[in-house]
Amino acid sequence: MDRRNNIISSIDWICIVMYLAMSFFGWMNIYGATYTFDQTSIFSLSNPAGKQFLWMCLSFLLALLILIIDPRTYQTIAYVLYAVWIVLLIVTAFIAKDTKGSLAWINIGPLRFQPAEIAKCITALCLAKWMGRYEYKIRNWRDLVVPLLIVIVPMMIIMVLEKETGTALVFAAFILVLYREGMSGYVLWAGVAAVVLFVVSIKFSGIALPFGTGNAGVLIASLLTIAVACILMLKLAQLKRETLILIGAITLIYGISLIVNIWHQVNFNIVSIVATAISGLFVLVMSTQHRGKGLWLVTVFVIGAIVFCQLSVGIFEKLPQHQRKRIEVTLKIKEDAGIEYNVKQAHIAIGSGGFTGKGYKQGTQTKLRFVPEQHTDFIISTVGEEFGFLGTFAVVVVYMLFILRLIYLAERQKDMFSQIYGYSVACIFLIHFTINIGMVLGFLPVIGIPLPFYSYGGSSMLGFTLLLFIFLKLDATRVEKL
Amino acid sequence: MINEIYYNRRYVITGITIVVAVIFVAKFFSLQIIDRKSKDRADSNAILKQTLYPSRGLIYDRNGRLLVYNQPIYDVTMIFNEMGKNFDTIGFCQTLGIDRAEFEERTQQIRSKKNRSFNKYTSQLFLSQLTAEDIAQLQQTLYKFPGISIRKRTLRNYSYIAAAQVLGSVGEVSQQHIDNDSYYTAGDYIGRDGIERTYEKHLRGEKGVEKLLRDSRGVIQGKYKDGEEDLLAVSGSNLTLTLDIDLQLIAEQLLEGKTGSAVAIEPKTGEILALASAPTWDPQLLVGKSRSKNYNRLASDPLKPLFNRATQATYPPGSTFKTLQALVCLSENAITPYTAFPCSGKASKPIACTHSHGSPVTLLGALEQSCNPYFWYAYKDLLEKDGGWKDTKVFRRNYERWRSIVMSAGLGQKFADSDLSEQSSGTIPTTSYYDKQYRGANNWRASTIRSNSIGQGEVLVTPLQLCNMAAMIANDGYYITPHLVKNDSMLSHVHKSNIDKRHFDIVKQGMERVMTFGTGRYYQIENIRMGGKTGTAQVFNKKDNALFIGIAPIDDPKIVVAVVVENIGFGATWAAPIASLMIEQYLTDTIRRQALFEEKKNYHTNQ
Repeated sequence: MDRRNNIISSIDWICIVMYLAMSFFGWMNIYGATYTFDQTSIFSLSNPAGKQFLWMCLSFLLALLILIIDPRTYQTIAYVLYAVWIVLLIVTAFIAKDTKGSLAWINIGPLRFQPAEIAKCITALCLAKWMGRYEYKIRNWRDLVVPLLIVIVPMMIIMVLEKETGTALVFAAFILVLYREGMSGYVLWAGVAAVVLFVVSIKFSGIALPFGTGNAGVLIASLLTIAVACILMLKLAQLKRETLILIGAITLIYGISLIVNIWHQVNFNIVSIVATAISGLFVLVMSTQHRGKGLWLVTVFVIGAIVFCQLSVGIFEKLPQHQRKRIEVTLKIKEDAGIEYNVKQAHIAIGSGGFTGKGYKQGTQTKLRFVPEQHTDFIISTVGEEFGFLGTFAVVVVYMLFILRLIYLAERQKDMFSQIYGYSVACIFLIHFTINIGMVLGFLPVIGIPLPFYSYGGSSMLGFTLLLFIFLKLDATRVEKL
Repeated sequence: MINEIYYNRRYVITGITIVVAVIFVAKFFSLQIIDRKSKDRADSNAILKQTLYPSRGLIYDRNGRLLVYNQPIYDVTMIFNEMGKNFDTIGFCQTLGIDRAEFEERTQQIRSKKNRSFNKYTSQLFLSQLTAEDIAQLQQTLYKFPGISIRKRTLRNYSYIAAAQVLGSVGEVSQQHIDNDSYYTAGDYIGRDGIERTYEKHLRGEKGVEKLLRDSRGVIQGKYKDGEEDLLAVSGSNLTLTLDIDLQLIAEQLLEGKTGSAVAIEPKTGEILALASAPTWDPQLLVGKSRSKNYNRLASDPLKPLFNRATQATYPPGSTFKTLQALVCLSENAITPYTAFPCSGKASKPIACTHSHGSPVTLLGALEQSCNPYFWYAYKDLLEKDGGWKDTKVFRRNYERWRSIVMSAGLGQKFADSDLSEQSSGTIPTTSYYDKQYRGANNWRASTIRSNSIGQGEVLVTPLQLCNMAAMIANDGYYITPHLVKNDSMLSHVHKSNIDKRHFDIVKQGMERVMTFGTGRYYQIENIRMGGKTGTAQVFNKKDNALFIGIAPIDDPKIVVAVVVENIGFGATWAAPIASLMIEQYLTDTIRRQALFEEKKNYHTNQ
């Protein structure tokens, strides 16, 4: 068996078929989204669909090229590539022309290129190489910090220097990779807790309490924190009596405050913080009496929560105006016709598609440019309008199967490098899928990130092809290694 | 397998993926299948329903002459969003011939918070009702001004300065109209009075709709479904009136400077040939931009031109009523053509005679000389016959009988089956009215209500009713509901009076004698046998009202006329010549007595 045949028989055709299907369906929808009354051909380079076709052809060539290259090359040059790319990202921020406030694009002749799109792939390679070392143990603090740095450095450059918050957020995908590779599950829970506390603090910070002074945000965040602390106490150390004492104490604090409030106005923000701190200290005392149950983590959580809530309100107020507004609109704190416009129009477009859609190229909302950014970040609204629920259902299901397939492939890898890289690929697609469609559906603030293989854009098409095919090649050659 | 300790964690990541996908599918399901409002919202988003206004029906006179037609007017609209920062305001103002300050003021108005319909993405009305000349220059250079467009609509225009009250006017719909009829939307036009109101549904046509696709900036991109669902506007139907515009003009000219009314009817058909009410106005005044200003001026005019005196004003008919009175008395056998009554001239009691003539006098002479005592005796005999003089019951029955015959001539009630919108019913008093007036059924007698005998008492008629009464006489006992729009089905609206045919001949003879020997003798028309009756009704504290009814030709009536001129003097001097000239115009198509015409036309009672 020669090498060529070997690749053809060992490559995962399921992934390739899904990749091709998504790319072509995406391309069709770009044409549909940009289709107007005096439309040129789908191949004409004067419209986005024509250009996308060109990018697709280049991507297919790239894919072929990757399938020929020995995958061990990436492993070899991963660190160098990473270093070079970090420099490139920084340089980009300084030479880029301002595109709608973003400094992520560099122009090479007539082409525009976004190094940040490729950075995901290179970071994944670098991470995989570092974590794939034989002596790697994630429970060593150094082995946790270095991977975190590998992820955070490009992320911060992209967010702070290039001002591409959306692309930077994608790097959060690596948290899931670290989790799979053994990072404590508490980190994920901490992440969930952080999101919940952030949302609660922001959403209710504007609502004044009906008694005393202070706002509902602090009160609810505190009660949630204390409740979690109580649950953890019960679960980790089965301290039923102590938990009841804590609950009684907290009730007493609030009760006294309410009574005092009759004569003298009480600041319930302070009461809440004090009550939370007291429960934190209480758990700390418990942890000295019941060692080895991990109760100290609860104290860390409680203190962390207090600090986080205080910080999050402060940070939120320091955010740039447009980002703050987007968050407020998503949390339904404020209404803003301008920001809601995109999402509202997208909903109208999707909803008007009904079950079977209005037919390819027949979407009025699309045709008449009601949904901004429709061929890029809001491409799913075109699918929704023209292909209806059948279309959106197909897109979501195929995406889910695609990601599950990638997880399956990652799991069957025989070496750490391939597995970690594979999980990186799966998680990057997962986060793009989640944020992009979540944003269009109004679950998340409007963050400009593409839906891979659907959204218009050369850099992203090439970047995702690169990301995927390196893994497919790694997967195809996995047997050779043994 | 590697990293087996954490193998289970694959299921966490798999689970997250599946949960996200399920949430998304659920949301898409709710958006696309459950919530069906999006469809409508999308349509209203993208489909601009442009109303296509039908042109209103034209109005012709009985001879096919165009009276009312449409003139195009132009509105200038602007879409602020498209005008852009580099909009050539100075050039735009120059092309429209307005100054900068006016432009600023108007745009401020549009943008102000009071204007709830303001939207910078849609057309806003900048200037309305401009003429073709006003916008000629703009039309040629429109391409220079993005966001500006010209919208064509139509307004009424009139060929003759005549018949303002009959034709009525067209104005913008009120909120009430919109609430009552979903056909209308704000800014639509509707017939506000006259024929325009009564025939609104006939004249307005049906609005059409053009569905256009517009993009998010309001720019029209093309037709929705290639115009498949468009609906063409259906033009309103034309109307042919029964009016003879020449006759109408003559009537209005003769009433110039006076207050009063002149009505002419073709008795065989009930068609109204002329319906003039003075003072009147140029119908053009209630068109377009100055409509509301002029309307308010007309409404506050002390002479009340908006009040259509021909159908709405009620007058005591005076001696013109004696024609009908004679017929009722004949019909009730109170008199015969040969019955004679004495007249002592001015010394007559209880009613004096205003004319000097021989005594005793029979019906013909009484009509000819308009003898008041004759009609008082006749009325008295009618009311007191069969013992009515002593028996209240009989008296009241006699009165009711008189009243019902009078009403069968079309008096005391509106013409319910007519197309005239504004009418008064006039008054033919009921017994209960007198009971109330005189506080008891036994407190009034023939002599109490004697003024009725000569048309001066509580009897009140509109000029139209008076003319219709003449038509009933002309037709020997029936009339066809007077109407304004040509419609053959109206011929079946025959109303027979309770007066026998045989009594009419003598009354007509009397009327002819009025014109040959009597009060109307100066206004006979050459070669035309004409009948008439003058009337001079006293008005408290003012000059008398002059009245006249005429029938011509008396042997084959083609036209009947009723004229009422307020506070001017004798019916014989003022109303008779106006009626006579109108009849001449209608029957001979010309007026030979130009001197008489000028004289009557130029005498004005109003300042």
